[in-house]
Amino acid sequence: MTLKHQKPGGKASSTPLMGGGEESTIFELSSPGRISATFRETGIPPKDPSRTIPSYYLRNAELEFPEVSERDLVAHFTRLTHRQFSVDLGAYPLGSCTMKYNPKLADTSSMIPQFANIHPLQPVSTIQGWLELMVTLETYFTEITGMSAATLQPAAGAQGELTGLLIMKAFHQQNNDERKNIIIPDSAHGTNPASVTLSGYTPITVRSNSRGLVDIDALRQLVDKDTAGIMLTNPNTIGLFEEEIVEIAKMVHEVGGLLYYDGANLNAIMGIVRPGDMGFDIVHSNLHKTFATPHGGGGPGSGPVAVSARLAEFLPGPRPAITGTDSSGNHTYSMVTPAKSIGRIHSFHGNAIVFVRALAYMMYYGGKGLREVSETAVLNANWLKKRLSKNFPAAHERVCMHEFVCTAAKLKKDSSVRALDVAKGLLEEGFHSPTVYFPLVVEEALMFEPTETESLQTLEAIALAMDKIAEMASTEEGKDGLKSAPRVTPVSRLDEARAARNLISTYDASVSSIDK
Amino acid sequence: MLTFLGIESVDQLFETIPSAIRLSRDSLKLPDSKSEFDVLAELETMAAKNKALGSDFISFAGGGAYDHDIASAVKSLSTRSEFLTAYTPYQPEVAQGVLQALFEYQTLVSRLSGLEISNASLYDGASALVEAINLTVAQSKNDLVWMSQGINPTYRQVVNTFANGTGHSIQEVPIRNGSTSWPIDDQTLPGTIVIGYPNYLGLLEPLEQIINFAQTNDIKLIFAYDPVSMALLTSPGDLGADVAVAEGQSFGVGLNFGGPYVGLFSIREKYVRHLPGRLVGETVDRSGQVGYVTTLRTREQDIRREKASSNVCTNQTLIAITTAISMSWLGKAGLRELANRCYSGTEYLKDLVARIKGVEIYSSLPSVREFAIKTKISSELLVDRMIEEGFLAGVPIIEGFEGSDVYESLLVSVTEKRTRAQIEDFAGALERIVR
Repeated sequence: MTLKHQKPGGKASSTPLMGGGEESTIFELSSPGRISATFRETGIPPKDPSRTIPSYYLRNAELEFPEVSERDLVAHFTRLTHRQFSVDLGAYPLGSCTMKYNPKLADTSSMIPQFANIHPLQPVSTIQGWLELMVTLETYFTEITGMSAATLQPAAGAQGELTGLLIMKAFHQQNNDERKNIIIPDSAHGTNPASVTLSGYTPITVRSNSRGLVDIDALRQLVDKDTAGIMLTNPNTIGLFEEEIVEIAKMVHEVGGLLYYDGANLNAIMGIVRPGDMGFDIVHSNLHKTFATPHGGGGPGSGPVAVSARLAEFLPGPRPAITGTDSSGNHTYSMVTPAKSIGRIHSFHGNAIVFVRALAYMMYYGGKGLREVSETAVLNANWLKKRLSKNFPAAHERVCMHEFVCTAAKLKKDSSVRALDVAKGLLEEGFHSPTVYFPLVVEEALMFEPTETESLQTLEAIALAMDKIAEMASTEEGKDGLKSAPRVTPVSRLDEARAARNLISTYDASVSSIDK
Repeated sequence: MLTFLGIESVDQLFETIPSAIRLSRDSLKLPDSKSEFDVLAELETMAAKNKALGSDFISFAGGGAYDHDIASAVKSLSTRSEFLTAYTPYQPEVAQGVLQALFEYQTLVSRLSGLEISNASLYDGASALVEAINLTVAQSKNDLVWMSQGINPTYRQVVNTFANGTGHSIQEVPIRNGSTSWPIDDQTLPGTIVIGYPNYLGLLEPLEQIINFAQTNDIKLIFAYDPVSMALLTSPGDLGADVAVAEGQSFGVGLNFGGPYVGLFSIREKYVRHLPGRLVGETVDRSGQVGYVTTLRTREQDIRREKASSNVCTNQTLIAITTAISMSWLGKAGLRELANRCYSGTEYLKDLVARIKGVEIYSSLPSVREFAIKTKISSELLVDRMIEEGFLAGVPIIEGFEGSDVYESLLVSVTEKRTRAQIEDFAGALERIVR
C-alpha cells in the first residue's frame, strides 16, 4: 500500500503552511486617523462627560488603540489564521485533548438568534427555551455518565474539578467529617493536584504499577479515615482502563471516601461503560473534547459536573428545573438553588452557547452513534499503536483505549533524537504533534490520540511520517534535520528560554526593550 | 483494521473492562441519530420558546452583560475555523496565529487597565476576581478581604463559593447612598480591598480616601472595572491598583445567555511569577525572526501541580481573540466614541426618568453607562409590565442587596445601540406604568 493510492482523506497533512515571514502586529499597522468603526444615527445629543464626572476620575491622555482601516484589520487577522494549524486543516493527534473533527452543525446551531440574543438576567418566563435546552443536556449527560443530576455552570474541566471537590467537601462537612486528603495517581493531569490544593484538601500521590495502572497494594496503604476521596481518570492518561476499578471503589467507599471521575477521557467509553456504574460519585466532562464543541484555540470549554443522587442537593445554583406544566401540558421551567448548594461558580449560567453545540452533537449522533464514536476511537488508537510499535514501542504492550503512550527512549539512546525532535519532525510533515513528555511516568513519552474522525488512510499517512522520522534518526544528516525541524512552518524552532528570561508580553514592552 | 490487530470484533478491544460494570443495555437511552437539518429544526423549536432582544423587546438591561452592536468584520474574523478548531498552542511553530492574536490582546488589556502584565484570559469576570483574590492573599499573607457590596452580586457569590475551598475570609462591605462604607476604623486590617470602578450600580464612588488608606497600610488593591468606560476614566493602574479585573463581553461578544464571555486580568509586573493562567511572550526563532510562545510556564498546573497557585488550563482564547479584533475595529477614536455614546445615552435617559413622578434616581453620585431607579412597584413586576410594552427594562437589584438602601431598585443601562426614539418610548412606557 502506498500513499498515492489512498484518496479517501487525501493527504491529511498541510505542508507547507502558508504565512511564512513575519506578520506585523496590529500596533505597527496603525496609522493616525484611520478607523474601521461606524456608529448608528441615534439622534441622542452628545454630552461632555466632564459635566457630571469630576476631574479626579477623568483620563488625561487618550487611550491608544490601533488605528486601522477595516481592510487592514481583516487582512491582518486573516494572515494570522494562515499561520495557525487547526483540526479543519489536518490531523491533530494531540493526546489527552481529543482533537476530533467538529461537525459544522454546531456552528450553525450556535448562531440561532433566539439562543444568541438573550440577556442572561431575563425573567424566567422569557427563557423557557434555554432552560429546556439546559435540562435536556443535563439529562443526556447524566445518562451518558450513569449519574443522577448535573450542573452546567463550570466553564472548563479544571473549574469542574474544583466544583466537584467542593461538593465532596460540603458532603463530608455535613456529616461533621473533617477529612484531609485526596488521593491522585502519579499519572494524573496537573489540574487534579492544583484543584485539590484550591479545595483546601491535601493531594496524596498513589504510584502506578508496572502495568501502568493504579497500584492497588500501595493504594490500600494510603486509604484511611482521613481520605476524603480519590480522583481518577478512566481510562487513565496512559490510555489504559483501570481494570480494578470495582475494587478501588469498594476500598474508598468502605472508609467513607468519595470517587471523582476526571472525564477528560470519556471519548473512549460512551455507551460501553459508565462512570456511575464503575462506582464514581462525581464526574466532570469536557464538552469541548468529547462533544466536539470545539476547542477555540484554548477555550471556551465547558466542564459540566454530574453527581450521584445523594450529592444532588450540593450542586451549584441556581440551576434549571422543571417546575410545572402549562395549559397544553408542556413542561414549564424555572431556576432553583438546591438546599445545600455549594453556591454559584459562574457569573451567569456557564458557557451557554457551548451547551447548544454539545446538545447538537449528541442529537446528531444519537445513543447508538455515540457508542460507535467510542468504538472507532479505540479501534483507531489500537491500530496506530501497533503500526508504530516497531520504532516507537508502546509504554505498555496491551490493548489501549482511545489513546496510547509510546516512547522515544530507545531512539534517544541510539541516536540522541528526543521526543521533542520527533514532535517537531511531525510538524515538518504537516501533522500536528502528539502530546510529549506527558504523562510524567513514561520516559520520552509521545501520547497519540487519533480520534474516531480520522480515516485509515490518514492513520497510515501519520505512520509513514513516523517511519520516515525513525529512519532519519539513523543517519547523521537525518538527525541534524530532525533537530533543526520544523523549517516549513511560519517560524522555525523558537527560543523558549529567551522568552522566559527576557519577558516581553505586550507590544509596549517590546518597543521599550528595543529602546534599551 | 481488525485483521491487522488480529481480532475478530471491536468488542475484543473492550475486554479489559469488567463485564459486571459494562452497560447491559443495547445502547444509551438517547434519541436515535438525526440529520443535521432535523437537529437544527428541533433546536429552533426550542429556541422559539425564548423571547429575544431585537425581535421581542428592546433591551435596557446591563448588570455585567451589555447589548452592543457587533461589527460584521468582527463576526467574520472571530468565527474563522483556524481560530475555532485549534487548541492551546503547545506547538508554537504551528500556532503563531493564536499566539500573536493573544499577544495583541494582552497589550490592549494592559492599556485598558494601566497595568504592565495581562494574562491570555480567564473564564469570566467572576473567575478573574477569584484568581485576583487568590493572588493578593498569597502576596499579602493576610487572608482577610474587604469586598465592596458594589461589586457585581454574582461575582461576590462566586468569590464566596471558592473561598470555602481556600479558607479566605471574605468580608462584604455594605454600600449606602451608592458608596461603600469602608470600616477604616476597624482594629483588624485586611490584606486585600476589592473596589468596583464604576460599581455595579454604574456609580463612581469616592475613592481617594480608601486608596490612600490601602497604600498607607500596605493593603493590596483589586479593581473590578468596566473596560468600555476606560476610554473616559483614569485607568485602575494609574489610580493605584495592584490587580485589575473585568468582564470583556462588551467588545464584540454576543449576549449568548451569559457565556462564553471572557475575564480580563492584569497585574503589576512584580507579581508576574504568581500570575494565574497562560501568558504569551515574544521571542525569536533560529533565524532570528520574531515569534511568540506561552511563557513562564513553570507557574502553571501541568508543571507545578499541587504547588500551582491556579488550576486554570483551558481558558477563553477564542473570546479573547474576538475582543482583540473588536478593540482593533473600534480603534482609538471609536473606543472614545463608544464610551461617549454609552455615557450620553445613559445621561439622556436619566434626565428623562428623573422628571417622571413616582421614579427616583437611587444615588446622586456621577454615573457611566447605567444607573438604578426606584419606583413603588417591585422591580420584578416592573420588568414584567415593561415586557408588555416591548422593553427588557433592566435588571432587578435583589439578591446580594438584602437590607440595603438599593434593594428592590431596577438597574437600567443604555448602550450605543439605543436611539433617542427608543429611549423616549421607554421613558413614556415607564411613566404609564408607575403613574
